Amino acid sequence: MHADPAGVLTGTHFLDGDHACCEGALAAGARFSSGYPITPSTEVVERFAARVPKIGGTFIQMEDELAASIALQGAVWGGAKAFTVTSGPGFSLMMEHIGLAVMTETPCVFVNVQRGGPSTGLPTLPAQGDMMQARWGSHGDYEIIALCPNSPQESFDLTIKAFNLAEKYRVPVFVMLDEVVGHMTEKVVIPPADQIEVEPRRYTTIPPGQFLAYKAKDDLVPDMPRTGEGYNVHVTGLTHDERGYPDMKPAQQDKLVKRLVDKIRKNADKIILYEEDQIDGADVVVVSYGITSRVAQRAIDLAREKGVKVGKFRLITAWPFPEKKLAEIASKVKALVVAELNLGQMVREVERAAAGKATVRFVGHAGGSVHRPEDILQAIMEVAR
Amino acid sequence: MAKGKVEIVVERCKACGFCVEFCPTKVLALSSAFNSKGYHTPYMVHPEKCSGCDLCGMYCPDFAIFGYKPAAPTKDAAAPAAGVAATAASEEAQDAR
Amino acid sequence: MTTTIHTNPVEPFLRSERMPHIWCPGCGIGTSVNSFARALTDANLDLQNVAIVSGIGCTGRVAGYMNLDSFHTTHGRAIPFATGLKLANPKLNVVVYSGDGDLFAIGGNHLIHAARRNVDIKVVCVNNLIYAMTGGQTAPTTPGSVITSTNPYGTYDPSFNLPYLVEAAGAVYVARWTTFHVRQLARSMQEMFKKKGFAFIEVISPCPTLYQRRNKMGDGLDTMKFYKEVSKIKNGAPTSEVAMSKAGEIVVGKFVDRERADYRDLMHDRLTEVLGDQYVEAEACECSI
Repeated sequence: MHADPAGVLTGTHFLDGDHACCEGALAAGARFSSGYPITPSTEVVERFAARVPKIGGTFIQMEDELAASIALQGAVWGGAKAFTVTSGPGFSLMMEHIGLAVMTETPCVFVNVQRGGPSTGLPTLPAQGDMMQARWGSHGDYEIIALCPNSPQESFDLTIKAFNLAEKYRVPVFVMLDEVVGHMTEKVVIPPADQIEVEPRRYTTIPPGQFLAYKAKDDLVPDMPRTGEGYNVHVTGLTHDERGYPDMKPAQQDKLVKRLVDKIRKNADKIILYEEDQIDGADVVVVSYGITSRVAQRAIDLAREKGVKVGKFRLITAWPFPEKKLAEIASKVKALVVAELNLGQMVREVERAAAGKATVRFVGHAGGSVHRPEDILQAIMEVAR
Repeated sequence: MAKGKVEIVVERCKACGFCVEFCPTKVLALSSAFNSKGYHTPYMVHPEKCSGCDLCGMYCPDFAIFGYKPAAPTKDAAAPAAGVAATAASEEAQDAR
Repeated sequence: MTTTIHTNPVEPFLRSERMPHIWCPGCGIGTSVNSFARALTDANLDLQNVAIVSGIGCTGRVAGYMNLDSFHTTHGRAIPFATGLKLANPKLNVVVYSGDGDLFAIGGNHLIHAARRNVDIKVVCVNNLIYAMTGGQTAPTTPGSVITSTNPYGTYDPSFNLPYLVEAAGAVYVARWTTFHVRQLARSMQEMFKKKGFAFIEVISPCPTLYQRRNKMGDGLDTMKFYKEVSKIKNGAPTSEVAMSKAGEIVVGKFVDRERADYRDLMHDRLTEVLGDQYVEAEACECSI
């Protein structure tokens, strides 16, 4: 269905990533946000607080990220599309509730504008150090979806995508910005509402009394009941059966948790997004995402000028990880250069997918400043030899 | 003739003794019989004293007992299998000795 | 021949297929649920619009046993979940039903902020003076000096006076009853449903398996008789004077009943004042979005 025009700021704008992300949420239909201030993400909810009272929705600044990350889930069950925004330290606090959203299959969006870590780290400077945390940060076995915009325009577009994926797969979806993408100002084109596709909530058409809240459909995702309409839902973080009632036997654990994981793994082909360029015939492929991909582009161009056959592979979804595609690339190229703003996170996934078929060369540092093109170029030149 | 009657869902009872203690007319006692979990469940030792006040039901933490007045129907619509007592008018007539 | 069906008044509110429940013999949580069911009936609420939110713990299991829209959330966080639920769907009557540890230890911060804001939610706190589900550890409400599993030589932590704390934080309705006071509790709960704003009822309950047993205080029935003996009804008592001790008087009654604008009203009034016609009030959310 089309976006609700009330939330769509159609036009050509000059916005930073944080602001564009907020507009993306509004365009997607988000009408509730619970937040807590944390640099460099705060602007997202500040803008939401200013915009949403004129659209019809609520922003509430909660007392901490523990509250923010669950208040939005209450709002989802109340019927709203909801999200929160944070950075490293807040992200760590939200981990338990990410698990709750996974287990209860609550569609919602968490935006992390990544900054230097660990701990308080570098509040005003970029890093890409939470990538593994987005995937593994909560306890137990689960899968999530994470998107990595590399520009304010993508912050807008991919936030809409995040909401749509959340509704479709009933899973928390992460928009992993970083401080530079969040604070860089660029042109953002927001189309008219009728050119923006939004995924409606998959409410069931089965009446109360006959509906099993956690019985999955063919895509492994159950439809959602509505609160306040006599369904008498039971939503619990305990391992549960198809009615939603606690059922804590090992067989049920196996059945439920496998389905929660499979609903992403088996639908991965429909979820995964990447950008590739000149992979065919390449000797070296540079793998990157987020702000690093902007610098990597420069390094790739310089390397090509020097005659190196360099391909580009940009992760748009970091999770689920495009392992099949990377495995295929690894079997055809000499080397993969993985550039990221951390001390080695997504590179491990690349290594795993490559399974030794290509050299994997990591270029990264602990955050605080973006890569210099020459750092990535040097790595390309070294592995190209 | 007793104004009230008590219905006991034997399998839910955990023999806490609240109903026995707090019945205002001391209608109940724990019997020597027991349910499948081994709990001695209550029974009406003085049924003629029951007023159907449902204080036993209010106290019961296990939803295993309730009192009612057979002459007056209760408000609730649904009648699930447990916690239901059906009285026939003819039974009432017989009871009125 | 006519047949009259008599149902236990609590039965329509239960997920009967899940009975018997997991609470111990003599535990008062089930007793409090009877009062709750009675209150829901007497308040004539549209049950479709009643939502119950629990945290983790023995009392947290209430949500799973009640035949309402029910949410069994994380430890300590029922109140912020309820806040989001209520703000997104104001037509719902949102009740938080949880225990003392859940609401006042890990959840303490959320409780005081929701009371401060006067969010329109109703909080029933079953206070059994212990962390029961996990085996009987010291809670912020455990009076001194008693034996718990984490204070095997006896507690020395001072304990909270819950009504005092909640009143100070801003609640508009504060009452305390014990599980002995089944009728008064039902009446208080009914009053609470009609009260706009953050309303709180503390229900003192036995935990015979852990709290009472470890301290040789008898079983659930002994504790109920103890409540009957030592409770004093003092409606309107200053909450500063209702602290509980191990064996002393338990002051019960309705302590606070006052008026304050609730959070939605505050938000609405401010935004209307500043934005005028530009303010678009959040609707109870459109289900198709």
